[in-house]
Amino acid sequence: MSFLLDALSGLCLLTGGFLCVSGGVGLLRLPDFFSRVHAASVTETLGTPLILAGLALQMGPTLDTVKLLIVAAFVLATNPTATHAMVKAALHDGQEPLVGEPTQESTPGKQEAEPSDS
Amino acid sequence: MYYLVAFVLYLFWLLLSGHFTTLLLGLGGLSVLMVVWFLRRMDRVDGEVSFMRPSFGLLHFVGWLTWAVAKANIDVVRRIWDPKLPISPNWTRLDTQIATPLKKTLYANSITLTPGTLTTNAREDHLMVHCLTKENAEELRGGEMERRIRKLVL
Repeated sequence: MSFLLDALSGLCLLTGGFLCVSGGVGLLRLPDFFSRVHAASVTETLGTPLILAGLALQMGPTLDTVKLLIVAAFVLATNPTATHAMVKAALHDGQEPLVGEPTQESTPGKQEAEPSDS
Repeated sequence: MYYLVAFVLYLFWLLLSGHFTTLLLGLGGLSVLMVVWFLRRMDRVDGEVSFMRPSFGLLHFVGWLTWAVAKANIDVVRRIWDPKLPISPNWTRLDTQIATPLKKTLYANSITLTPGTLTTNAREDHLMVHCLTKENAEELRGGEMERRIRKLVL
């Protein structure tokens, strides 16, 4: 039973960690502000909750688990708010979302680290 | 109303602290009193706050949303690691028939919470949505989330 819990918790931690790294990679690879926000939300909506779930499984049914759940709820509740604030600020500043498929049409000044497939 | 807020806050403080010595209980009480005083000065505890009553339908929606968010996460992560970076960002108008402010808030926030879709503006009869791919936009237009929210009794 304890082994099962450890395995499950380890799996959660590993997956959560991988998702957080993926969010970071997405921040680097995606072409503009608005698409980068999507990458950031991967970290917040699945990465963090999975890590917290893994930790909660280690804790067992204690007060600390309740606190972890509260932290998870808080992260999930604040994500849309923070995202909205950022996007609103960007739009106010006059940033226009990049539209289209950046892999095919070369968007001037926005291209980065793309393996040329033509 | 302020007494109720103070009581709930103190319970919450007890839950977070887990210490029961006189000094800490006293400090906790003091901070609760300060918070309530601030609230009073800011006049935020009024009758205009709208609450979502927890219900079975809401729970069902949260369950469905969690599943949808998990699926969207996997999709976005797959696209991030794909060497070709198969994205097609677009910024479109999403018409909606949701009229009540509470439901519209829930809808816009659910869209933002899902990776790959992001609400930028909310107007009377439509939302402006930024999507990472065309498929995301089409899925939103399919309107399953909207249907589920419209069915909710809040």
